[in-house]
Amino acid sequence: MNDVPAIVARGLTRRFGALTAVDHVDLSVPRAGIYGFLGPNGSGKSTTLRMLCGLLEPSDGDVEVLGYRMPGEAESLRRKLGYMTQRFSLWDDLTVEENLEFLARIHGLRAAERRARIGELEAEYDLAPLASQRAGTMSGGQRQRLALAAATLHRPELLLLDEPTSAVDPQSRRDFWESLFRLAVAGTTILVSTHYMDEAERCHRLAILAEGRLVAEGAPRQLMRDIAAAVVELEADDVVAARAALQGDGAILSVAQLGTRLHALLSLDTPEPAARVRARLAAAGVAAEVHAVPASLEDVFVAATGFGSLSSSAHAAH
Amino acid sequence: MLDRIAAVMVKEVRQLARDRLTFGMIVGIPLMQMLLFGYAINFDLRGLRAAVVDEAGTSLSRAWIADLEASGVVEFLPPSPGVDDLRRRIDAGEVSVGVFVPPDFERRVLDRTRAPAQLLVDGGEPMVDVVARSLASVPLPRRDGAYGRPVPTLEVRTEYNPERRTAVQIVPALIGVILNMTMVIFTAAAIVRERERGNLELLITTPVRSGELMAGKLLPYVFIGLLQTSLVLAVGSLLFDVPVNGSLLDLYLAALLFIAATLTLGLVISTLARTQFQAFQLAFFTMLPSILLSGFMFPFDGMPPAAQWIAQVLPLTHFVELARGIVLRGAPLADLGGPAAKLVVFLVIALAIATLRFRKRLD
Ligand SMILES: Nc1ncnc2c1ncn2[C@@H]1O[C@H](COP(=O)(O)OP(=O)(O)OP(=O)(O)O)[C@@H](O)[C@H]1O
Ligand SMILES: [Mg+2]
Repeated sequence: MNDVPAIVARGLTRRFGALTAVDHVDLSVPRAGIYGFLGPNGSGKSTTLRMLCGLLEPSDGDVEVLGYRMPGEAESLRRKLGYMTQRFSLWDDLTVEENLEFLARIHGLRAAERRARIGELEAEYDLAPLASQRAGTMSGGQRQRLALAAATLHRPELLLLDEPTSAVDPQSRRDFWESLFRLAVAGTTILVSTHYMDEAERCHRLAILAEGRLVAEGAPRQLMRDIAAAVVELEADDVVAARAALQGDGAILSVAQLGTRLHALLSLDTPEPAARVRARLAAAGVAAEVHAVPASLEDVFVAATGFGSLSSSAHAAH
Repeated sequence: MLDRIAAVMVKEVRQLARDRLTFGMIVGIPLMQMLLFGYAINFDLRGLRAAVVDEAGTSLSRAWIADLEASGVVEFLPPSPGVDDLRRRIDAGEVSVGVFVPPDFERRVLDRTRAPAQLLVDGGEPMVDVVARSLASVPLPRRDGAYGRPVPTLEVRTEYNPERRTAVQIVPALIGVILNMTMVIFTAAAIVRERERGNLELLITTPVRSGELMAGKLLPYVFIGLLQTSLVLAVGSLLFDVPVNGSLLDLYLAALLFIAATLTLGLVISTLARTQFQAFQLAFFTMLPSILLSGFMFPFDGMPPAAQWIAQVLPLTHFVELARGIVLRGAPLADLGGPAAKLVVFLVIALAIATLRFRKRLD
């Protein structure tokens, strides 16, 4: 049973008028693990998740979720699925307790069972002190804990989380991911969309989406190892000059700033990438420390999205 | 299934109880409308300002003018010297009604082919026009003597409402107007609000079925509708002495049927509107023809055929007929099969449309 993937999609496509929001995406999400969707704004993460849970009808392609064909068998999937929407979608004018109570009844939990489960969730997600507070008055992190509690209330086999940690501080994000790991260890399949690299790196597997297309897929380590570029890191006092010096070389596919450092991606067939970068900088009279480094996930992302960030990073630097 | 409907109901009632404005409107709208229609709007105009030109000046003309004033419909200001002055005073808005008694009044009274006197009316105000015309039916005073007994004019007896009080005509129909207003707006808004706030995106992915969702959301409003009906009846009886001549049970059954019809209309609107504002607009769009064409304010028979057709599609038309029948004429619901059946037809069609359109999906 466990070797059958939780989600299989072939040629999944969704069009909104002339716009193709999701373009022939093939997916295979294994069971009991955290699978990430990494992509910038508008890359089709939410649209894909909505098709997976039957909220939107695909324009094209086949999807099977936990063995149910979507969207036809969506109703049968409901009991096994937990979905956390990108936008907070619980009821602002109900308290934490009332929100959970309502969803528990909708999921058919009996009174005693309900009490026990809600108590458990309030303890797990640190909601007990907030039990009688209205959801609309809670902070971003508190709402997100409530939303996760609500999504896991009926112990679903599959959790779809759409950018669960946007608007949440780093400590809360770490706590949140701890909870996700506990759920995954307990056998839940989790699909989470994000645009944070550090979060993507924690996933067991990762799909990178750009403009509706799946541009890379695999375990984060493997993606970093298999990156289709050589990575050179340079530290220069004058970052702008360094960047300018690297412009116009066909072998240098992109230059992106990571903190105080620059990462240059060079085509794989470049014989001595670090030496080449060093030579160009020397020719331009820019002092810098240069060495070849293993790829980070950000490099993978830049490479997978067609090195398109060369121009945008340049803009950002000005 | 019942548990899920109950869960939705409990949630809905909780939200409603916390929404002070909506909660206030449940009671506020009926009270405001009752007072408005009961006190301010009066179809039964009295004391219209009038002036007379009496060129006959006989005892018969004076007696007749005194009878006009005694009817209470008009109140005479000082008389005018001539017709031209009378016209000017009407033009100036000083008086709304002018009475002109020609010099040959007595001869005209005997000559059946000519009207004995003239009434000049400001036609700009619809109600004044109608009411002033009722003056035309004031009979000539009885006087024994040379002219014999005057011709008895037609006698009008207003059945079911002998004193012709507006409240009696208005209150039963007002139940319908109030229910129509609140039921359509509340349900449409309650459903559209969940779409607008994103709650629906979550609800759709839960095991709740669309039928359960609809039932759970609408049932609380059935009780609210019955509550409003009782409120209107109670205020009508306490403040305006409106009796319920028929069976209360029949009236509540009719109200229940009408509530079901308007809730379904609200449901249809909720499937068309994307935002609460659109829902309000659509609800208002159905409200205006309902008030104007249902026979609530204007008699149904005077309308052109197209308007009568539109009125047939509006549930309020049929409820007004039911309510007046039961409350005023004391008719049993069983005798009002026509309008009741039309309400049922409306309900079934609207429910079919709503069910077809209300999908558990975002697109
Ligand atoms: N209902 C809709 N109608 C029209 N266009 C839509 C609709 N939903 C999404 N889109 C478009 O589809 C594209 C993908 O949107 P989607 O919400 O899936 O992106 P996303 O990856 O979730 O972005 P974000 O990180 O900002 O949440 C966008 O260009 C968006 O404008
Ligand atoms: Mg999104």
